[in-house]
Amino acid sequence: MKKLLVIIFICLSTSLQSAPLRITITEGVIEPLPYAAPAFIGETGASNDLAFQITELIKSDLLGTGLFREVPKSSYVSSIDNFTSTIQYSDWKAINVQALLTGSVLVSGEKLSVKFRLFDVFSNNELGKGLQFNSTKQGWRRIAHKVADEVYSRITGEQGYFDSRVVYVAETGPKGSRKKRLAIMDFDGANSKYLTDGSYIVLAPRFSPTGERVLYTSYETGTPQIYVIEVATAKRTVLKNRKGTMSFAPRFSPDGQSVVYSLEQGGNTDIYVMNLRNSSRARLTSAPSIETAPSFSPDGSKIVFESDRSGAQQLYVMSALGGSAKRISSGDGRYGTPVWSPRGDRIAFTKQSRGRFHIGVMRIDGSKERLLTASFLDEGPTWSPNGRVIMFTRETQGERGVSALYSVDISGRNLKKVITRDGGSDPSWSPIGK
Amino acid sequence: MTKFDFYFCAILIIFLGACSQNASTPFSTNGALNSSSAKFEGDASDPGSIAFFKNSVGDRVLFSIDQSDIDQSGKNILLAQVDWLLANSDYKIIIEGHADERGTREYNLALGARRANSAREFLISRGIESSRIQTVSFGKERPVELCSNENCYSENRRAVSVVSNLNF
Repeated sequence: MKKLLVIIFICLSTSLQSAPLRITITEGVIEPLPYAAPAFIGETGASNDLAFQITELIKSDLLGTGLFREVPKSSYVSSIDNFTSTIQYSDWKAINVQALLTGSVLVSGEKLSVKFRLFDVFSNNELGKGLQFNSTKQGWRRIAHKVADEVYSRITGEQGYFDSRVVYVAETGPKGSRKKRLAIMDFDGANSKYLTDGSYIVLAPRFSPTGERVLYTSYETGTPQIYVIEVATAKRTVLKNRKGTMSFAPRFSPDGQSVVYSLEQGGNTDIYVMNLRNSSRARLTSAPSIETAPSFSPDGSKIVFESDRSGAQQLYVMSALGGSAKRISSGDGRYGTPVWSPRGDRIAFTKQSRGRFHIGVMRIDGSKERLLTASFLDEGPTWSPNGRVIMFTRETQGERGVSALYSVDISGRNLKKVITRDGGSDPSWSPIGK
Repeated sequence: MTKFDFYFCAILIIFLGACSQNASTPFSTNGALNSSSAKFEGDASDPGSIAFFKNSVGDRVLFSIDQSDIDQSGKNILLAQVDWLLANSDYKIIIEGHADERGTREYNLALGARRANSAREFLISRGIESSRIQTVSFGKERPVELCSNENCYSENRRAVSVVSNLNF
């Protein structure tokens, strides 16, 4: 019912311009919403540079979603010279601006204060209340992302995802001896730093639910083992498993207290769960086939994983306590790397079919499969904190093939490369605000 | 320090020393545990040398797509490895399992482990002590051939026996 109302909202907002301002992110083609964001006003001369940069970053976040279209300054009828002055709605209606964002920036010493207001031009109303964010000057990017998150949230009704980070594997060097380092950056590629030094292979980092720790697989001792690293200090600890076994594909439980992962022994790979407080371990699958890539449902009650028990990789769901599993994938080809969405309603996966690799999403019962991408090699999806965007690895073919991070909306729209300093693979998106 | 830990450290140290010169070695696996210092491998004409094992005995078996069964030519190579290991009892091996790039990362790690274990089980079945054989999988992380077609993929779906002498 809620969805129906929302759909009605779009119909109204396109046909009747006095309806409330709202973009609804659906699966169809969306006409980007025209908005204006005049440069935020510097409250002192010393605030002007940062005011400009903050405005540009907010616009970059909004434009990057593909949901907004900026009405250029050259077409403005009136200007915003004072943050508190009354808005002349008719001037903005005249150039078909539907949402107007205004703001002011005050830098004093090392302190930064940013205020903003958002207006629904065709309703002659302010949309939500004006807000103020304070931080240090160095924190300006984060503040800009928070403003953009608020704007996105007020207009779409969904949580934003701009104030978030991505942990991934930074890749350099030739294909046959690729150097792989754990790296962390803001979702837009800024503030990138390495967490490991590249002297050993690292794979598939995964954020903890609070964003403070990251699980990953490392060849530090020569054989793949799971480590947990503190993001703030880069202090790392191995998750001990039996000698002569290989452990990999870890993910946190939603409460952050345990880790589900794959353990290989004698050539056979099964799924285990380890309690981080007491290191106790339980085996969840016992089959001669490969069981790997487990991912918890957000309520912690179920686990989706891949298995080749049917003869080829397919997706299965079982209780978080193990036991019988139900196959959910049913189309042509092979399915792997399932990841439960943060809302719990969908599963993202990698599909191999007829020589191509795809990122796709399906309902948790396997229905409504939708492929979002196709290329020589796409794999390893991770969900944005609001469940609207998926980031993944795309690798090009041949001797000069390289890996890069890409993102795509779950509608299949807005496919684009994510900026990274080096090549990149295996992204994991943090929770919002982490 | 256990013997096993010592073994890994020794190989890692050797690898670090050798990594600048191993690019041109024809049988380089590019694996992190691979050592290919000419000095350490000895003279290829010496039947008791690691160089001889790699060049004349054959250090690897290849697999079909998604498979870990060993075919007849693979068995022949492993039988030759058995003979060599029986004659050179000071040596241990790590079998590195690998996959081609046409698979997802986690699955390929598991598949590489299956392949390495398949080779290990064969060697054990022909009389090699299990304590002499470790396995590790590199999944698709260390291709030896870099093109993106079946000619290269077939060389990358491999289990490579990397020999080391603990008593050096």
